[in-house]
Amino acid sequence: MSSYLELTARQRIPAIFDAGSFEEFLPPSARIASPHLAQLDAPVSFDDGVVVGRGRLDGMTVFGAAQEGGFMGGAVGEVHGAKLVGMLRRAVDENADAVVLLLESGGVRLHEANAGLIAVSEVMRAMLDARDAGIPVVALVGGSNGCFGGMGISARCANTVIMSEEGRLAMSGPEVIETASGVEEFDSRDRALVWRTTGGKHRYLLGDCQMLVPDDTSAFRQAAIGAIAEIKAAGSRLSLDDLLREQDMLTRRIALAEGLAEPMDIWRRLGIAEPASVPMLDADAFLALASRHRVQAGKGE
Amino acid sequence: METLQFRFEAGNRPLAGMPQLVGVVGSGNLEVLIEPAQLNGACEIEVRTAAVGFGATWEAVMADFHARWQLSDARISINDMGATPAVVGLRLDQAVESLTGGTP
Repeated sequence: MSSYLELTARQRIPAIFDAGSFEEFLPPSARIASPHLAQLDAPVSFDDGVVVGRGRLDGMTVFGAAQEGGFMGGAVGEVHGAKLVGMLRRAVDENADAVVLLLESGGVRLHEANAGLIAVSEVMRAMLDARDAGIPVVALVGGSNGCFGGMGISARCANTVIMSEEGRLAMSGPEVIETASGVEEFDSRDRALVWRTTGGKHRYLLGDCQMLVPDDTSAFRQAAIGAIAEIKAAGSRLSLDDLLREQDMLTRRIALAEGLAEPMDIWRRLGIAEPASVPMLDADAFLALASRHRVQAGKGE
Repeated sequence: METLQFRFEAGNRPLAGMPQLVGVVGSGNLEVLIEPAQLNGACEIEVRTAAVGFGATWEAVMADFHARWQLSDARISINDMGATPAVVGLRLDQAVESLTGGTP
């Protein structure tokens, strides 16, 4: 068992892709760093915090990216975003078997202002273009910085989101909510609350992630392989029916959570008799329980 | 930010292979990019650091590093966010080991 959470982006790539198969586009030696950070006299990174390229996954030709949460919280600047977009477009040009995104990001890099915002919107467009071309897009969320802001939205543009319990996925991060709305609204230091609200189990129960795995690199790898096969079997091209089913799920979910602020109350409303026990369940026990209660696109309550 | 340049002549361990990057530009950490380069047997190191005013400390750490490895025809580029000398020394060793697989 090897933790996915504790690895850097560069260590995750060979753990997920077939050994020695990954060819990086714009590697660090190309020194394509952020011009904005340099103007602000702030430290830059030679890869601007993201690894992009093409490799093989279980023999398939799969394009991929890994965001480095340790560099500015994985935040997306102009170069970082352009690398993601270029990789996604090339995946379409070369008719890749799939795209696998190893996401770990606080969202837009605020230092780069509009350039960062535009970059994230272009990433979303490129992900949907890849899906429209029939290329499965799979997002893995299991890094310690979670996946928030614009990248939280981007993750949900994928066909399939795979998370670990330790992974976190949301729009505004805990500290952003506390800063904007006050500690009475959300106490970002309450770690149990943070994980109940944004962690993998809650996202799985609410239908935001489709697969939940233990914090283990081989579990993430096998889940990604399985997800690609499943998407291809179901017909991977983006369709209006899929989007309508997703919209229906979201509508049901809003009704379900009406008036509730505490995730455990939502879990109870999903029919889980002892919601307080959910955070303590191991992955297998949780999946057995969740299979009877979770919200899913295309399925009624 | 401060940029520091170091050049050590006449190393005896020529570098070969693909460029390697180790470490992350996070608080108290640094990234080290190491590449073979035609430098007439020298090892060149460029440091861009967020901690201004520690040139003498960097010079001592770099001199120790060169004494350990004696690299020739090597280019090392560093982005630093205030790593301590011990962390810098370990990252540099990690960078060389990732390229050579060897120990000093």
